[in-house]
Amino acid sequence: MADAPNIPSEAEVRAKWGDFKWTKENAKTAAMYVGRYPEGRQRSAVMALLDLAQRQVGAETKTQGWLPVPVIEYVAAYLDMPTMRAYEVATFYTMYNLAPVGRYHVQVCGTTPCMLRGSDDVLSACKNRGLVKGATTPDGLFTLTEVECLGACTNAPMVQINDDNFEDLTYDSMDALLEALATDKPVKIGPQIDRQTSCPEGGPTTLKEMVSANHDYRKGAK
Amino acid sequence: MLADKDRIFTNLYGFQPWNLADAKKRGAWDGTKKLLELGADEIIERIKASGLRGRGGAGFPTGMKWSFMPKNPTPERPNFLVINADESEPGSCKDREIIRHDPHLLIEGALVAGFAMRARAAYIYIRGEFIYEAKVLEAAVAEAYAAGLVGKNACKSGYDFDVFVHRGAGAYICGEETAMIESLEGKKGQPRLKPPFPAGAGLYGCPTTVNNVESISVSPTILRRGPEWFKSFGREGNAGTKLFQISGHVNTPCTVEESMSIPFKELIEKHAGGIRGGWDNLLAVIPGGSSVPLVPAAQIMDAPMDFDGLKALGSGLGTAAVIVMDKSTDIVRAISRLSYFYKHESCGQCTPCREGTGWMWRVMERLRTGEADVSEIDTLLEVTKQVEGHTICALGDAAAWPIQGLMRHFRPEVERRIAERNGGEMLEAAE
Repeated sequence: MADAPNIPSEAEVRAKWGDFKWTKENAKTAAMYVGRYPEGRQRSAVMALLDLAQRQVGAETKTQGWLPVPVIEYVAAYLDMPTMRAYEVATFYTMYNLAPVGRYHVQVCGTTPCMLRGSDDVLSACKNRGLVKGATTPDGLFTLTEVECLGACTNAPMVQINDDNFEDLTYDSMDALLEALATDKPVKIGPQIDRQTSCPEGGPTTLKEMVSANHDYRKGAK
Repeated sequence: MLADKDRIFTNLYGFQPWNLADAKKRGAWDGTKKLLELGADEIIERIKASGLRGRGGAGFPTGMKWSFMPKNPTPERPNFLVINADESEPGSCKDREIIRHDPHLLIEGALVAGFAMRARAAYIYIRGEFIYEAKVLEAAVAEAYAAGLVGKNACKSGYDFDVFVHRGAGAYICGEETAMIESLEGKKGQPRLKPPFPAGAGLYGCPTTVNNVESISVSPTILRRGPEWFKSFGREGNAGTKLFQISGHVNTPCTVEESMSIPFKELIEKHAGGIRGGWDNLLAVIPGGSSVPLVPAAQIMDAPMDFDGLKALGSGLGTAAVIVMDKSTDIVRAISRLSYFYKHESCGQCTPCREGTGWMWRVMERLRTGEADVSEIDTLLEVTKQVEGHTICALGDAAAWPIQGLMRHFRPEVERRIAERNGGEMLEAAE
């Protein structure tokens, strides 16, 4: 398959991640997640723990992180469930990376609402900086993925880079964003134009009192 | 236009902090104990009387859904409330605003709804990509616990109720209620056959109700202000206020709370700054998120934006995610991109959907370039009919409808492309 993940050889992966275990802090977080589910249903925490494990791998490799097979095995053993059941989960959901990714995982939304507002331009800004869909740049900085709707459609087009959303993009602002990330400059999260979240550009058409101070609209209501 | 005093989500744009102290000043958690003292049955009756219909897309009456839950759960087999925050329908982005800017409305709603259906706990299933939103929600839940609003003896009502956040990890299908339950149990999100319905056997085999974030978040305000107040907005059978999400080719895309049944033109003029290039430039609208068929400009203009009004146009309100397309849109590509979305998101369980979505997308791509035969349009429509209704969940239907909508209204455009392409080739051959 053309889009199959490029996973390093098993021997290499086992040598590197074979003795993976939670850091002290993550061990606490993992126990907290497991505690959310009824007795005997600890398996429900598998999604949260795979995410936690991916983040720990990410912290160690200074990337968004990925899930080497020994790490999935560790999570399965931690929850006392068959490895294959955890592996099924890791392969079913798109947010688990099955292969290493770069420092920044650039996830461009290409679904229709973003497409209508110019996600093609966002993708060409990526392309012109040498980013290729499904691959990591040679310097290990960027991995580009075209993803499906990320639920920020009134702020289209948008991109999610690691944990942060960047919205209301154009070719130029996307280019500037990648430049800033590449050179470790500060970036502005959220809309890249002068706009408050999903409020209409130019100011709200409703609830205008809220802009300056918290307002109780029930006053004066019946 | 809906007056500001009648809006439920007053911090929709996040101009003010989401935290408990500020939320209380806006009216959240006001007399929740009193609401619970109404009693479970009375709460359900009042929600029924308000005419609230589920905000997740299907529009099923919320009060009736709650009434299906067993009245005498046992400790071994408790009732559960699952709140669907897996907002993934292309075009939809309302739950995100509720969660990151007014999470306490949701948590209070969880308690009230959970109490009414005699649930032991609520699980809020939030989509994995909402990373910041999940952080806010977790913090808000912690605040609510610390203030004694949920947990043991919630709001000093004597009722024990827990609220847990469960993060997804990127799968559209988990927005389907039984897939969500599977996912909550730590499995792949593949829908279950119904029956048994979740109200009989859902999460961990226990009675479960799955509700959308917006349906849950509006319920405390409905109870505080009275069912009549809520019912006074919108046409008969389509009561209430609704978060509309206007995206695409409008001058100022936005999310806004409006009265149900507001005419399309008024909605766009008042809040979205009109159509890009003026009203004559409007081509078509997808009025309820990607799963509903598109409606051409002439028909949508004066249509009331509600469940029944859009159904009459052969479409639907869905999640009220209004995707506007002007005349610059490559309409075949727009729908083909949705076909790709469904191909990507099919869970692979049922053959008609797993194979059909990919097949439909490939044919749509050829129709986009005109590299097809006219007879293939009918073949494609026939295949959509074979997928529709032949799968466990509605994803198959959702993949079929946009294509059917396209052919219903824009078949001449598809045929024109084929003719143009073939004509072009014939000329070349003659040279």
